Amino acid sequence: MVDAALDHAAPPRRIGQVLLKVDNITLSFGGVRALSGVSLEIREHEIFAIIGPNGAGKSSMLNVINGFYHPQQGTITYKGVTRGDMRPYDAARQGIARTFQNIALFKGMSTLDNIMTGRLLKMRSDLLTQALYWGPAERQEIEHRRAVERIIDFLQIEAIRKVPVGKLPYGLQKRVELARALAAEPDLLLLDEPMAGMNIEEKQDMCRFVLDVNDEFGTTIALIEHDMGVVMDISDRVVVLDYGRKIADGTPDRVRNDPKVIEAYLGLAH
Amino acid sequence: MEFFFEVLIGGLLSGVMYSLVALGFVLIFKASGVFNFAQGAMVLFAALTFVGLLEHGFAIWAAAIATIVTMVVLAIVVERLVLRPLVNQEQIIMFMATIGIAYFLNGIGQAMWGADVHPLMLGIPQGPVDVLGIQIDKFDLIAAAVAGSLVAGLAFFFQKTRIGRALRAVADDHQAAMSVGIPLKQIWVIVWTAAGIVAFVAGIMWGSNLGVQFSVALVALKALPVLILGGFTSIPGAIVGGLLVGAGEKLSEVFLGPFVGGGIETWFAYMLAMLFLMVRPQGLFGERIIERV
Repeated sequence: MVDAALDHAAPPRRIGQVLLKVDNITLSFGGVRALSGVSLEIREHEIFAIIGPNGAGKSSMLNVINGFYHPQQGTITYKGVTRGDMRPYDAARQGIARTFQNIALFKGMSTLDNIMTGRLLKMRSDLLTQALYWGPAERQEIEHRRAVERIIDFLQIEAIRKVPVGKLPYGLQKRVELARALAAEPDLLLLDEPMAGMNIEEKQDMCRFVLDVNDEFGTTIALIEHDMGVVMDISDRVVVLDYGRKIADGTPDRVRNDPKVIEAYLGLAH
Repeated sequence: MEFFFEVLIGGLLSGVMYSLVALGFVLIFKASGVFNFAQGAMVLFAALTFVGLLEHGFAIWAAAIATIVTMVVLAIVVERLVLRPLVNQEQIIMFMATIGIAYFLNGIGQAMWGADVHPLMLGIPQGPVDVLGIQIDKFDLIAAAVAGSLVAGLAFFFQKTRIGRALRAVADDHQAAMSVGIPLKQIWVIVWTAAGIVAFVAGIMWGSNLGVQFSVALVALKALPVLILGGFTSIPGAIVGGLLVGAGEKLSEVFLGPFVGGGIETWFAYMLAMLFLMVRPQGLFGERIIERV
């Protein structure tokens, strides 16, 4: 996939069919409503942003999509299959990869090993054959290593290949996390605040990577972000959540001028 | 000189028994980052089940299979009832849960089979045998062979390929592991089953030496210094650590004991572990501990 994308010089990015449809999702924890009746559609190849003030339910929505949370109501339709909730394992198997707001890397492992875990599901042989047939397992390892090297190249993290990720600065950890997600060659990439806590330079780098991933691999990206500027610049479509409800949905320009959105972010103008 | 080697080899062989127990700890630590307090209880539980079945007239092979099946069921139950509800919790919470499992297993094992000392006779030959002029206990030799093949098998299974990496990933971060599609539940069942089988083998070995009784569960304490020496995450570490502790305590008892009035064997391992904690806290083969502040 990576190779193909590199060979055809930048295939035209075309927004396609609906890849993921979340319909009327309601999620509560005890008495707290995290999401109430939220619906949204993410189309193939687009960069889709979910924004909203703190506690609006953005991360909850991502967690519903990749199966960490199970909503009480509503359905999730992914690649044409409708279900009540996702399971993390199924989500990963069907090409949903993600990053986390508070970086969830394997801290004791090197950058390379972290990224290799992203390919676990691509490794075809099961546990037993892995243990018994050293030869094929080794060949497979080499093949996957090659794919991982391409991603390392792509994200320009060659220099930290062997460094345990626990030692890396925050901005680089975020990049390694993105690399691990990319290693799975996902169809849908969920990014939970990819630029949070970064300086301007790091933000610009990250923006470029997000755009490049979308551009070169055609990966559909759904991201959560606080930085309105970033979101408006790179997204094709934006959904705004506030107190667990959807208050706006549309192109960045439309959303920016929506009075409800302005109200949610800035408070009511009197 | 011959005497020195006899002591050394005797120590190494008894160290193998420590390695066996330590191995069970390492397996679970690798896959969950949790020190499984119940490992000693699992050793006792497996040994009690085995002896209990033998006393009820089962053949050795039937009792062994039944015990292994019991350990598999135990792994599934532990995963379902204890680990699964605690996914993504702090490791200290998982650790507390294993203390609970330990009490439960000690209780249920003795409730089922009684608290008496059960002698375990497997017909493993005892008595000294002469190897190159050095006297070695036959039983120790056999124990070493069994432990050796078990270790070889495990090292093979947990190669540094897919499953090894998956294990480390699970130990580091549950949520992240799930997000890359590692089947957490399956991994846990596999690992607890492996630890259960190791516990079973250790239980048979210790049981035929000491009889199956509650004190077998306390053998787990000796595994602690072994783990500190070898590193909590390393299978070879558990082996080398066990051998070091075994040989070290026997040699120091025999050769240093007379100068300080003896009794070195009981504290030698802990002393050594303390020194290691000061100099090399990750153990001989453990992964370096990284903590960003």
